Amino acid sequence: MIKQCAIILGCLTIGELIVSLTGIKLPASIIGMILLTVSLRAGWIKVQSVKEIADLLTKNLAFFFVPSGVAIMLYLKVIQASFWPIVISALGSTVIILMVTGWVHQVLRKKGASKVSTATTHD
Amino acid sequence: MISFFQSQTFVIAFTFLVYYLAQKLQQKTKIIILNPILVSIIIIILFLSVFNIKYESYHEGSKLIEFFLKPAVVALGVPLYQQLEKIRKQTFQILISQLAGCIAGVVSVVLIAKLLGAPKEVILSLAPKSVTTPIAMEVSRAVGGIPPLTASVVIVVGIFGSIFGYAIMKLARVKNPISQGLSMGTAAHAVGTSKSMQISSNFGAFSSLGLIMNGIFTAILAPYILQIMSIWIDI
Repeated sequence: MIKQCAIILGCLTIGELIVSLTGIKLPASIIGMILLTVSLRAGWIKVQSVKEIADLLTKNLAFFFVPSGVAIMLYLKVIQASFWPIVISALGSTVIILMVTGWVHQVLRKKGASKVSTATTHD
Repeated sequence: MISFFQSQTFVIAFTFLVYYLAQKLQQKTKIIILNPILVSIIIIILFLSVFNIKYESYHEGSKLIEFFLKPAVVALGVPLYQQLEKIRKQTFQILISQLAGCIAGVVSVVLIAKLLGAPKEVILSLAPKSVTTPIAMEVSRAVGGIPPLTASVVIVVGIFGSIFGYAIMKLARVKNPISQGLSMGTAAHAVGTSKSMQISSNFGAFSSLGLIMNGIFTAILAPYILQIMSIWIDI
């Protein structure tokens, strides 16, 4: 367990180091995630060496959002003043993203798949 | 008594307890709108207001829970690695659909908010609302929004996406499981990804990918998209 935590926190720390050295505008956690993926891929870290702690963390990801969600109470006035514009635009835009991303990906996938199948029939 | 409520031990134990009960509530009632994050946030805010406890003192104690968000995001690298082979076969489809999702997200939220008459700093705070909190706050600061307002909207969007996302995609005939997982991460970041993780680690992996890609695209592109939009409309 200690080893597993050390690996995850190690990736995070290197992520923070990269952010402070380069001033890159990405969160350390995202860089740490990419580092972990790359290390697993390269075989520097085995999946078994992080699996349990990674499962525990990712399965409970939602819980860790609660404290930052409570911060809403600080902005109740701003939110109240533009309540409907905020709610309608944020939720409407979320629906649009779900549809646009889903459709584009689905259409491109089908095209890719049909290209492969026509290529094989022509062969 | 108030000082007891502000102690780190109480704040952490209370947050765990509230979330546990909120989870139970949803399991018992099976009402999807009773999302555990949403219910927990409301109960905690009500509790703090009733006992007149400032957010800052709650935050002081809850920082420890918030910290785990970072290693949890790092840990998403594991499901991502496990799907790497599938992802490599469709790099192009993923890149293009992510780019489309990123642009559609920023443009649509700004246009709708502007049409409905939101003030400038609110519109700018909304622009990065679909990506994970740390990136969204960073972008919000960079473009002149109010970062904590952005964080609040990010959470609300995530909860909305995780509750209704799969139903919306079903209605919109987004049927492919990979497209669904991916779009969930693009539109509803880590909260949506946690919903995908509950379905299967397969969905979770593609959601993580959507969350990373849209995070990176939004961080890089949002300031330029806003700049281009401001040529046509007065944000």
